[in-house]
Amino acid sequence: MNALAIDVHDLRKSFGARVVIDGLTMQVPEGEICGFLGGNGSGKTTTIRMLCGLLRPDGGSGTCLGLDLIHDSASIRLQVGYMTQRFSFYGDLTVLENLEFVGRLYRVPGLAGAVRAVMQRFGLADRAGQPAQELSGGWKQRLALAACVLHRPRLLLLDEPTAGVDAKARREFWDMIHEMSADGMTVLVSTHYMDEAERCQRIVYLAGGRLVVQGSADEVVHSANLVTFEATGPGIERAARRLRHLPGVATAAVFGRDLRLAGLDRAALRRAIDSLDEPGLVWKEVEPRLDDVFIQMLNRQEAGT
Amino acid sequence: MSGFSPIRLLAMLRKESLQMRRDRGTVGITVMLPLIQLFLFGYAINANPRHLPTGLLSAEHSTYERTLVAALQNTRYFDIRPFATEAAAEQALARGDAMFVLDIPPNFSRRIERGERPQVLMDADATDPTAIGNASAAVAALNATVLNRDLPADRQVQPPQPPFDIVLHARYNPEQLTALNIVPGLIGLILTISTLVMTSLAITREREGGTMENLLAMPIRPVEVMLGKIIPYVGLAYVQTSLILTIAVTVFHVPVRGSLLLLLLALGVFIACNLSVGFAISTLARTQMQAQQLAQFGLLPSIMLSGFMFPFQGMPGWARTIGELLPLTHTLRICRGILLKGNGLLQIWPDLWPMGVFALLVGTIAVRMYRETLD
Ligand SMILES: Nc1ncnc2c1ncn2[C@@H]1O[C@H](COP(=O)(O)OP(=O)(O)O)[C@@H](O)[C@H]1O
Ligand SMILES: [Mg+2]
Repeated sequence: MNALAIDVHDLRKSFGARVVIDGLTMQVPEGEICGFLGGNGSGKTTTIRMLCGLLRPDGGSGTCLGLDLIHDSASIRLQVGYMTQRFSFYGDLTVLENLEFVGRLYRVPGLAGAVRAVMQRFGLADRAGQPAQELSGGWKQRLALAACVLHRPRLLLLDEPTAGVDAKARREFWDMIHEMSADGMTVLVSTHYMDEAERCQRIVYLAGGRLVVQGSADEVVHSANLVTFEATGPGIERAARRLRHLPGVATAAVFGRDLRLAGLDRAALRRAIDSLDEPGLVWKEVEPRLDDVFIQMLNRQEAGT
Repeated sequence: MSGFSPIRLLAMLRKESLQMRRDRGTVGITVMLPLIQLFLFGYAINANPRHLPTGLLSAEHSTYERTLVAALQNTRYFDIRPFATEAAAEQALARGDAMFVLDIPPNFSRRIERGERPQVLMDADATDPTAIGNASAAVAALNATVLNRDLPADRQVQPPQPPFDIVLHARYNPEQLTALNIVPGLIGLILTISTLVMTSLAITREREGGTMENLLAMPIRPVEVMLGKIIPYVGLAYVQTSLILTIAVTVFHVPVRGSLLLLLLALGVFIACNLSVGFAISTLARTQMQAQQLAQFGLLPSIMLSGFMFPFQGMPGWARTIGELLPLTHTLRICRGILLKGNGLLQIWPDLWPMGVFALLVGTIAVRMYRETLD
């Protein structure tokens, strides 16, 4: 494994009496694209804020780019590009003015050229003179990403960059993330879209302020030891509803024309299928997918707490 | 992150001035506010009003009555018009159409000539004592000899020679024009309102606009943020000052007896006081609404206890103690002193250094309070 861009242990954070991050340990190797997954309120934003020194952890320790989270937060800021969840540029300033402002604060050498280059790269050149508030969602995200990479940071922390933008813009945005990665930047990108996990080399999955699982997609899938069956045919919706309540079934859900059934115990699943008595369905065992694993883990965690 | 960086400060300054220029509302308000207030306080609101509507009730018309009315008119405090009935006069007084009603009794001239000293009743609407105070005093001062010219020789009053004379010499403002007193005070007040309120919005605007998080995540020092946000407002405040001074001199004929440069320098210290209070409020308040309320909360004692609203000497001891802590109090003295009395640095120094200390103290606290994290 490479050196670690992010390496934190037992991180804790509470707001008042409310525990938001509850002993989080996570690692992100340098140079990888790491998907930071979790539902709304699971603590993704809070974790990212602690990583770039905007929030002080209540407990735990860690390093970001080899620098101590608590003592070196000023140096961390210089080498990190943080894209906030909420658009945080000046609506009354133009794209160009916003970028110049950010560039000056980081004292980017050769500012004019650097700004021109990022605008070109993210397709913003035509909109240089447009006030930021007039940009549509996808373009705002591009501006935000451009501003984050202007000072050539080693680590990008992107907080739900694709939330609320259309499918095309989402795809383009992921292409840009991959380009940044190819340039040698480590990327931690949070999302609550589980399907985006497919575009990451590594996954950290958070729920209720605790780590559910982390690792590469393959590692996560294999470590789950999940058995998955798929069925097609008439009545899959009804079958899914009934299967959910049978012993040994972790998830049963319909995707398009397929019913996917997952659980840890192959024998128990077969018994469940047999008890269904739906002769119209054709079953076959398939490779488990990431989303099967996530749902199963989430259910297990909920059952455990 | 290194210490103070002029490059980052310049970046902040550029950004703030750009935003200020784009915000037409703010620029409009900063120009209009002083104008409106100046004309309201200095012109329309006169604490020594003249030409007060006065009703006249008289049973018979006589030379004496005409002379008395003319004498009252001459004080310029009264605009007299006759009323037919007592009821009409009563109603006018109740409605506020008349501030005074002068009631000349029947047989006025006959009783004067008989030496019966008839009483002339003057009803006054005393709901606003200050409005009628000077007019009432003018009535009392109507000389006992006012009718001498009309009286037969044997009835003419022969006052004994008083043993001494009191000569009232109203200095600096011999005509006791309110504008001369109010306008220098207004300079301080208007500067307080605009600088305090506007800077108090400085940080909260970033917080509400969501840009604060980004600003905090970037390598900029608190002092750079503070100076970057404050300096453009200093410029604006000086524009306002020049505007007020120009109008004060050309429209209200406020004299400039002292050094204008000294005044501008002293006002600079005052502006620094307000900006640091504004910035402190800004770091405390979570929303723009809160900031506005805090600013108004801070403004109130300044208006009430600085000597702008009430004469400083007339306030009780505790109020004066608080007043001495307020920058506006000292600025009022400095403005009036330089403009009206021609005071120099030596005379204004006792009011200048407390403001310097104030600005330094509050400014330091404000920078300390600026949070570099979101906790
Ligand atoms: N400043 C704060 N004060 C109080 N509660 C907070 C604060 N920030 C976040 N929270 C709470 O912490 C939880 C996690 O929030 P967040 O980290 O934003 O989750 P996510 O980004 O995964 O949606 C939420 O329940 C949220 O309400
Ligand atoms: Mg979030």
